[in-house]
Amino acid sequence: MPATARKTMPKTPDHPLEALIRSDRIPHIWCPGCGIGTAFAAALTAMATSGLDLQKTCMVSGIGCSGRAAGYVNLDSFHTTHGRAIPFATGLKLGNPALNVVVFSGDGDLFAIGGNHFIHAARRNMDLTVICLNNLNYGMTGGQVAATTPFHARTTTTPMGNPEAPFNLPLLAWASGATYVARWTILHTRELTECIQKAIRKSGFSFIEVLGPCPVNYGRRNKEKSLQTLKMYQERTIIRNDPRMDDLEVDFTRQVVLGEFVDKDRPTCIENYDKTCRILE
Amino acid sequence: MEFWRVPLDTNTIEIAHGEVHIIEDRCKGCGYCIEFCPRSILAFAERFNAKGYHPPEVLRPEGCVNCHYCEIICPEFAIFSVAAPPPAPTA
Repeated sequence: MPATARKTMPKTPDHPLEALIRSDRIPHIWCPGCGIGTAFAAALTAMATSGLDLQKTCMVSGIGCSGRAAGYVNLDSFHTTHGRAIPFATGLKLGNPALNVVVFSGDGDLFAIGGNHFIHAARRNMDLTVICLNNLNYGMTGGQVAATTPFHARTTTTPMGNPEAPFNLPLLAWASGATYVARWTILHTRELTECIQKAIRKSGFSFIEVLGPCPVNYGRRNKEKSLQTLKMYQERTIIRNDPRMDDLEVDFTRQVVLGEFVDKDRPTCIENYDKTCRILE
Repeated sequence: MEFWRVPLDTNTIEIAHGEVHIIEDRCKGCGYCIEFCPRSILAFAERFNAKGYHPPEVLRPEGCVNCHYCEIICPEFAIFSVAAPPPAPTA
């Protein structure tokens, strides 16, 4: 499809990621100040610079704001049903083990409706890279409480404050057997890009949580403008090596721990399957 | 930037220079590039873009050190910098 009549100045060079995005669909649907665009750009930069064969790389995403990423990337991509990004990605990888499969989706998709798939893919150690944009609520449907909404945070469905405790995603990933776990915010985008690069190159199940603001649905109800959220990411986060895994809750009344938490090696699902069930001559 | 002690090799260090390009009609005016530019060379423009947002504009083009932070923090693929020859010496 030809690019729509977006006028660029004749001498202006192209954006460095122009080849990787479907520029006829840009501007994207994400709200002003939304963190998904930055995390998406970090993922694209990491893919472009990691030396992968991009013809053999595909992006899979589920439903939600972050799920739109599959539609904006100029690679083979797969926009799947709600919560099922990881099963579709698992199928892709098993069907064609030469592919590099990157799952880019949101916290609601990966951990609420798709939580079960996440833990089992991590347990099997499927060779996937899962990037989860955590904006702490269900943004697309109007800002309802999610499995990652912090305690006492206000959302559409918890106007008095969230009475439930949120998931600690790195702890969940670690406990399920992920071989690479990291967490960054969109403000730490250089570290994020490096970690995504490392995760893509690594075989085994890699999980990266990216904290990003949702200014329109989450921020508005919690009196946070998007720039205030970013300031909070600057002031109330701490980078820690080898932290206690149960100390990683997202609670901005205390400090939120960022960093690379797990980096280990374990035989992947396909390796174990071949060794156990395939009779090789 | 002020130093309390000038580094000994300060004359031999070549500071990189960049040229900022803004694709104005993609901008949604979040202000991240303006707020987090380490050299504070960007500001909101008075004018509007096609979507009715104020895009950023470069106030001090000679201040850009081509760090690419505006490029990587921008959620809209709307701003980037490319390496440029250093500006003519002023002193």
